[in-house]
Amino acid sequence: MISLPGLKHNTGKTLMTHAVLLTYTVIALFPILVIIVNAFKSRKAIFKDPLALPSLDSFSLAGFEQVLGRADFGLYFGNSMIVTLISLFFVLLFGAMAAWALTEYKFRGNLFLAVLIAMGIMIPIRLGTVSILNLMASLDLVNTLTALVLVYIAQGLPLAVFILSEFIRQVPKELKEAARCDNVSEYKIFFTIILPLIRPAMATVAVFTMIPIWNDLWFPLILAPGESTQTITLGVQQFIGQYVTDWNAVLSSLTLAIVPVLVLYVIFSRQLIRGLTSGAVK
Amino acid sequence: MSQPSSIQRRFPWHILFFLAPGLLIYVTFSVYPLLDTLWLGLFQEDETGQRFFAGISNYKTLLLDAAWSEPFWNALWNNTKFFLIHMLVQNPIGLFLAALLSSPRLRLSNTYRTLIFMPTMLSVVIIGFVWQLLLSPIWGISEGFLYSIGLGQYFDAWLGKESSALITLALISVWQFVGIPMMLIYAAMLSIPDDLIDASVVDGSSAWQTFWHVKLPLILPTIGMVSILTFVANFNAFELIYAVKGALAGPNFSTDIMGTLFYRTFFGFQLQSGSITMGAAVATLMFLIILVGVMLYLFVVQRRMKRFQL
Repeated sequence: MISLPGLKHNTGKTLMTHAVLLTYTVIALFPILVIIVNAFKSRKAIFKDPLALPSLDSFSLAGFEQVLGRADFGLYFGNSMIVTLISLFFVLLFGAMAAWALTEYKFRGNLFLAVLIAMGIMIPIRLGTVSILNLMASLDLVNTLTALVLVYIAQGLPLAVFILSEFIRQVPKELKEAARCDNVSEYKIFFTIILPLIRPAMATVAVFTMIPIWNDLWFPLILAPGESTQTITLGVQQFIGQYVTDWNAVLSSLTLAIVPVLVLYVIFSRQLIRGLTSGAVK
Repeated sequence: MSQPSSIQRRFPWHILFFLAPGLLIYVTFSVYPLLDTLWLGLFQEDETGQRFFAGISNYKTLLLDAAWSEPFWNALWNNTKFFLIHMLVQNPIGLFLAALLSSPRLRLSNTYRTLIFMPTMLSVVIIGFVWQLLLSPIWGISEGFLYSIGLGQYFDAWLGKESSALITLALISVWQFVGIPMMLIYAAMLSIPDDLIDASVVDGSSAWQTFWHVKLPLILPTIGMVSILTFVANFNAFELIYAVKGALAGPNFSTDIMGTLFYRTFFGFQLQSGSITMGAAVATLMFLIILVGVMLYLFVVQRRMKRFQL
């Protein structure tokens, strides 16, 4: 007697849930779609009917031609790639090494170092910008990608060490003890046994490390604003600042900055979200 | 035939090998600059650029001299509003979406999650420009949209008005980052044992009661974590304001927050030249604000919640 109305109630509730989630999905995506769609339209069509899809009449690549002619987006993109990938590589390598040392070995100062590194998770590295710029100037690294890479490694390490330590602790003792009994060196234990085992955790760390680096404006603006070292985020910011009134160019440059990220996101979203949610449970 | 004790006494090179590279970079480019910044804030420079120790006089200027204290308190107050809007809008929406997503046997749950999280992946700078265009009265796309749903008379150049610019920017940021609380809270809800929820349902609780009395108390630690992450991110924010409003954070500094104030103090703007030592002083105050927030979280919020969980 109760179950039938109960069932109906549930179907209604499920529908409501879908309606709300669908509405919010539209709110999240619509603004981005509007920008991308209008980037492929002529100036007149952009203003006349902003919500229409490009038609045979209104289709235009003028914006892209202008952007690619006036600014070296290929270079900016390459710079972002280089900085992000090199930083990521060293954050993962040095982060795993430090996490291993801090969790595996007992030595004086172990706790102090662990706390010192953990503090970096909460205290933003940006607050030290004044001294970082001084330091880079004295090392003659201003306007080099190296400066960015060094800062981003320092920025990414604390969280990497934190997450990787959690996983290294879960590696069964027997594995390490067996290796040690066979006289395998500590280096070999780490590189041939531990590193392969914590690969899933590395994926999580990679996500948390990469996104803030790729999207950062602050350090490129301060440490490497030169034309040849601009990253894509800084390049787009400077370009739009210059050509605010050229709607085709602005829309196209935004699209050029958005689309590669979205493509990568769609490819890796499953992994990324798994990493995000599994890392959060801890 | 080496004795165990001699092995132990040998210098542990392998520990140094594993620790040194990461630690060296972290200390050189993160710890040292931060400490150096705290130290630099106690100095001043004369006309020739000669640095001399000045004690707390930078802080006196910053907090008491009207030419400096007005922008400072303005930025701090704006930043507080910016944070409160995130706490009151972003995190409840995130919680709400997470609760919906974790409904049992919901189809397409993964797709919704993936799509709603999408804006979070993009650069704040890009999102700033996107909304600047969408809200522009010149393009009129928002205005047209509001007219089509009968709310046209409420349209205004929100980003250009002193009274509404900061709120608008905060809401843009909320729109972009709602995915983060959603994901974190969703993950926490998944980890609630099914027996607990079943028991509550068997006892005759409605879905709402189960949420309020069973799920919410269990995810409070996550909400605490989301709050402190929001706090640190907001009091460290810069990009969105800089992209949309420039370093001057107009109109009339109504969107100025700590990050933009720090940038202007350090690099200078218009007629005022930048100051390394004054910039360091502003950074130090930002550090203290963030430190107070983090300490409050670690020693008050987290402790109380752990007890509650037991």
